[in-house]
Amino acid sequence: MTRIPLIRRPDVLAVLVGLTVLTLLATIGAEMGLVSTSFVKTLGKTLCLCLVAVAMDLVWGYCGILSLGHMAFFGIGGYAIGMWLMRARTEDIVAAQLANRPLPPTPEEIDQAAATQIFGVVGSDQFPWMWVLSDVLAVQLIAVVLVPGLLALIFGWLAFRSRVTGVYLSILTQAGTLALSLWLFQNDSGLRGNNGLSGLQNIPGLTHVPQSTLSLWFLWASAIALAATYILAAWTVSGRFGSVVRGIRDDEARVRFLGYDVEGYKLVVFTGTAMIAGVAGALYYPQAGIVNPAEIAPIASIYLAVWVAIGGRGHLWGAILGAAAVSLLSSWFTGGGAPDIDLGIYVVRWTDWWLVLLGFGFVAVTLLAPEGLAGLILRLTRRRPDRIGDMGPDKGALRREEASAEPAE
Amino acid sequence: MSALLEVSGVSKSFDGFKAIDNLSFAIGEPELRAVIGPNGAGKTTFMDLVTGKTRPDSGTIRWGELSRDLTRLSESRIAREGIGRKFQKPTVFEDQTVWENLRLALKGTRGPLTVLTYRRDRAERIAALAEEVGLSDHLARRAGELSHGQKQWLEIGMLLAAEPRLLLVDEPAAGMTSAERERTTAMLVEAAKTRAVVVVEHDMEFVARLNCRVTVLHEGRVLAEGSLAHVTADAQVIDVYLGRG
Repeated sequence: MTRIPLIRRPDVLAVLVGLTVLTLLATIGAEMGLVSTSFVKTLGKTLCLCLVAVAMDLVWGYCGILSLGHMAFFGIGGYAIGMWLMRARTEDIVAAQLANRPLPPTPEEIDQAAATQIFGVVGSDQFPWMWVLSDVLAVQLIAVVLVPGLLALIFGWLAFRSRVTGVYLSILTQAGTLALSLWLFQNDSGLRGNNGLSGLQNIPGLTHVPQSTLSLWFLWASAIALAATYILAAWTVSGRFGSVVRGIRDDEARVRFLGYDVEGYKLVVFTGTAMIAGVAGALYYPQAGIVNPAEIAPIASIYLAVWVAIGGRGHLWGAILGAAAVSLLSSWFTGGGAPDIDLGIYVVRWTDWWLVLLGFGFVAVTLLAPEGLAGLILRLTRRRPDRIGDMGPDKGALRREEASAEPAE
Repeated sequence: MSALLEVSGVSKSFDGFKAIDNLSFAIGEPELRAVIGPNGAGKTTFMDLVTGKTRPDSGTIRWGELSRDLTRLSESRIAREGIGRKFQKPTVFEDQTVWENLRLALKGTRGPLTVLTYRRDRAERIAALAEEVGLSDHLARRAGELSHGQKQWLEIGMLLAAEPRLLLVDEPAAGMTSAERERTTAMLVEAAKTRAVVVVEHDMEFVARLNCRVTVLHEGRVLAEGSLAHVTADAQVIDVYLGRG
């Protein structure tokens, strides 16, 4: 059996070509004034959501761990980069204000004034301990991957070692996410409580670059990150590593009896995907402009699972489709894009009814097309397998209906 | 011949029920051994104990030249030590091809990071294994599409791929046609030429065909041991097991 080189696989090609065409069109459209800056930002943010969806598909679709906490890692990535963005910019502004005084301000004075500016809203004038190195960009960039990675490593080590699986593990991840979010909501958490970090769309040192240009830079950066991660993820799940991981999803006891240390594999996948989620968040929030604890609430991670389920679990490109389709539709419906429907006695306002529609959509997908959008596409292009049962005895195993027409390799 | 596996004085109870009661058992290398006994005799629990799925309440399980205590090792570690297990129901990875199933089982590195970066496929070895279990024409097929007998063979192929020193096989002939049984017998006898093989079986006819030493289990203890002719002549054995058939 010969393996197709990664770069020539149809899904990899499709993703690369799709991303190139999208970014080129958006760039040309924006330069010609046909595409608004806010729409470019929406596209860029959507690509970041696709990126975290790829991570979710790796951990859930391939490894069978239904994590309801990956959006927390996404949020942490946003906070990590947000700390530098907010501090560096505030210091610039404060320095400019103080520059008019007869005596030039000392670094301590600028620091103090910036701290007051940032933390006045939560009644403090000191940088909390975790901000010690927040004025060093490199440190915060490392934190973008390191903090989610470390948290996932510790959490995963404790959970997997105790052989917590299935719905119990999902509940644990959700509880962890809720705890993090509640802690962030507190004013003395050191991250401005429910105010979150704001003004993140202004990049220190690039104040002369208009937002219309910055938004395109971020769109390109997001597209490159997504393409690189896609290739990395496709490489990871090809070959024997992918076999082991899919084996763990379908029948983890069997994998253990083949001599593989199941917990170690789960830990690698869980931690790696948490780091991808951190990167996605760090690219997302400068485009969104604000990160606050509500973004880390468990519901965000549940949405993430819904995107992947709608896109098709176990297909990396399906996760991208699902995340893109649902989040773009969501911004269309909730952003006033969809016209209200006047029923005479009642007006259906999509801003209120979108969630209901999404709920019905989710139920419809689970009942009618369990393989998701990816499965629908595969069904049109390939033959269906004759399957009689689920792919394995475990809770996270691919169900019969989810299995696609062709083996992964 | 020193013993490869030596189980001595092992007991295990579940909620007060003694599944294994002061059991002692030894097997050398190479050797083919059949373990028979009525339902509830503790055959599957015995396998669970050796493979680390369950831990004994008392007793020791010694392995190999170094007499390692298996009761302290994890399931995956025990498998890496060279103990392979075939379950009663064929358990192959149904979502993956025959090729992928065999590749998973090949003896070699097992750590996540080495598996991720070390990517040689060892195609010849996989092809040879497929040949050995008669699945050469099915390498690209998904294991879920195979017939029951083919799945059993794939699983045997996976066991051979791991090159274990001890093979534990749980009711290999269940649900097979007589032609498939014959082929399975041949595979097991062949495998036992170079390693220790323990076959747990219900079916006396199949055991007779293996033509090997037999251990009879009853209520978690060894009731008799010896050639098939010897144990079938044993009054106790006839009483508890054969007599009922």
